[in-house]
Amino acid sequence: MGEVLSAAHITKSYGERTIIRDINVHLNEQEIVCLLGVSGVGKTTLFHILSGLNLPDSGRVVLNGREITGQPGKISYMLQKDLLLPYKRIIDNVALPLTIRGMNKQKAREKAAVYFEQFGLAGTEFEYPAQLSGGMRQRAALLRTYLSSEGVALLDEPFSALDTITKSAIHDWYLDIMQKISLSTLFITHDIDEAIVLSDRIYILSGSPGQITDEIEIAEKRPRARDFSLTPAFLSYKKQIVTALGPGSFRI
Amino acid sequence: MPEHENSRKVRDARAGFQKHVPAVLNLLAIAAVWLMLTEGGIVPNYMLPSPVAVVKAFVSDFPTLMYHSGVSLAEAILGLLIGIVLAFLIAVLMDRFITCRRALYPVMVVTQTIPTVAIAPILVLWMGFGMAPKITLVVITTFFPIAVGLLDGFSGVDQDAVDLMRSMGAGRRQIFLQIKLPSALGQFFSGLKISASYSVVGAVVAEWLGGFRGLGVYMTRVRKAYSFDKMFAVIILIVIISLLLIAAVNLLRRAVMPWERVQENRS
Ligand SMILES: Nc1ncnc2c1ncn2[C@@H]1O[C@H](COP(=O)(O)OP(=O)(O)OP(=O)(O)O)[C@@H](O)[C@H]1O
Ligand SMILES: [Mg+2]
Repeated sequence: MGEVLSAAHITKSYGERTIIRDINVHLNEQEIVCLLGVSGVGKTTLFHILSGLNLPDSGRVVLNGREITGQPGKISYMLQKDLLLPYKRIIDNVALPLTIRGMNKQKAREKAAVYFEQFGLAGTEFEYPAQLSGGMRQRAALLRTYLSSEGVALLDEPFSALDTITKSAIHDWYLDIMQKISLSTLFITHDIDEAIVLSDRIYILSGSPGQITDEIEIAEKRPRARDFSLTPAFLSYKKQIVTALGPGSFRI
Repeated sequence: MPEHENSRKVRDARAGFQKHVPAVLNLLAIAAVWLMLTEGGIVPNYMLPSPVAVVKAFVSDFPTLMYHSGVSLAEAILGLLIGIVLAFLIAVLMDRFITCRRALYPVMVVTQTIPTVAIAPILVLWMGFGMAPKITLVVITTFFPIAVGLLDGFSGVDQDAVDLMRSMGAGRRQIFLQIKLPSALGQFFSGLKISASYSVVGAVVAEWLGGFRGLGVYMTRVRKAYSFDKMFAVIILIVIISLLLIAAVNLLRRAVMPWERVQENRS
């Protein structure tokens, strides 16, 4: 498993305040890695830098051996909101990254349509975002992210808008689909359980300025059993993470 | 599914119809009071003509009215179209270049504070008695609401949506076409609606102050002849034309922004 994405010594300040300092993270091929941290610690800030939308004060981002610091358009990025454009039909929303790259609309639609079934969106192609449920919108945003990717994706709280029941269903679906499509993902969450269930590795971002204070490997093999989250192994991971996040951070 | 679709359409149509009932009743009440006041002899006819006389004047002068309406409407629509193009250019420039915005915005506001009644004769002096000064006046009165609407729309764009586009590798032109323009459409149409309602009045005011054709010219003629029934007929006609223009804008909005209807149905 080769390294596809890495960031070295990333520091970013806004004005006088240093938000994140000396961050080192990497992502291997086909890996699902989670960035876990309390609200406001600088997770989105780091993602904006990894995606190239913002420049770090120092440090560099490398994708497949090539430096891409400050160059957007190389890594696909699902932002914290689902951000489906209300005036475009679902199929055109999802196909947007293809049309941006110059594919004509009809072709882009055809290419996107192939995945609708798999992403649980069959029949919604010509609806508008306002007509979809929250879960469907997030799956559509996820599909769009997948279509814009060339193998690496950043997902900022991709499942945050869902309640617990919908969430565990979408986790199953997500793990299933990740086996079929080859995508290396780095994702953000507030939710410790979600982090353990989905990830191969978890980075803990904490402190002020935010730093990577811990890195936890989830050794559990895939495909993971549905009741993984009820096993003692799961609980011991959870204990480890809660300790790593520090006192008072259990309810994040 | 088609049946369900049909019954929903019928229901929507009925709801749409019911929405207008209060306004129609109100208008009918006003007409009734007007009729009572005039036909009952409470207000003398030389102060307020009866609705019957107004309708008669409208019918007897119908061909003339239509001729002049055609002229005024042409001026209004041409002015409106030029106004849209101008507003669009100005808004795009002002959005793209901050210096342009700083330079143009005050001038734009100043053009709106100039009383149209004062500027119309000057335009006639410069451009003659034809359509040109009327169209120019319509442009001056209509471009502003559209430009402001577009500009607000452009600058109110969701920065996260722009970031999303950038993360997908989109350039400035693509961001404009895919995000800024569609996001500004709602405000554009709100501005256009206001402008459409100004446009006919703008043309008429310009015609008052010099010209040979158009509803404004007709108005000055009947006023000089003290034909108040015709005066009222033409006023009502102008109102109707303006309302039709606004309705046309609404129809256009529905056609151009089909997603709005979806959102309406959900809420
Ligand atoms: N453009 C900016 N200018 C100034 N400060 C900013 C800017 N963007 C973020 N910040 C600050 O940086 C800090 C980290 O923000 P960030 O959005 O990265 O947090 P986060 O970890 O993603 O939080 P959450 O989990 O709530 O999304 C916050 O205190 C925020 O106020
Ligand atoms: Mg965030």
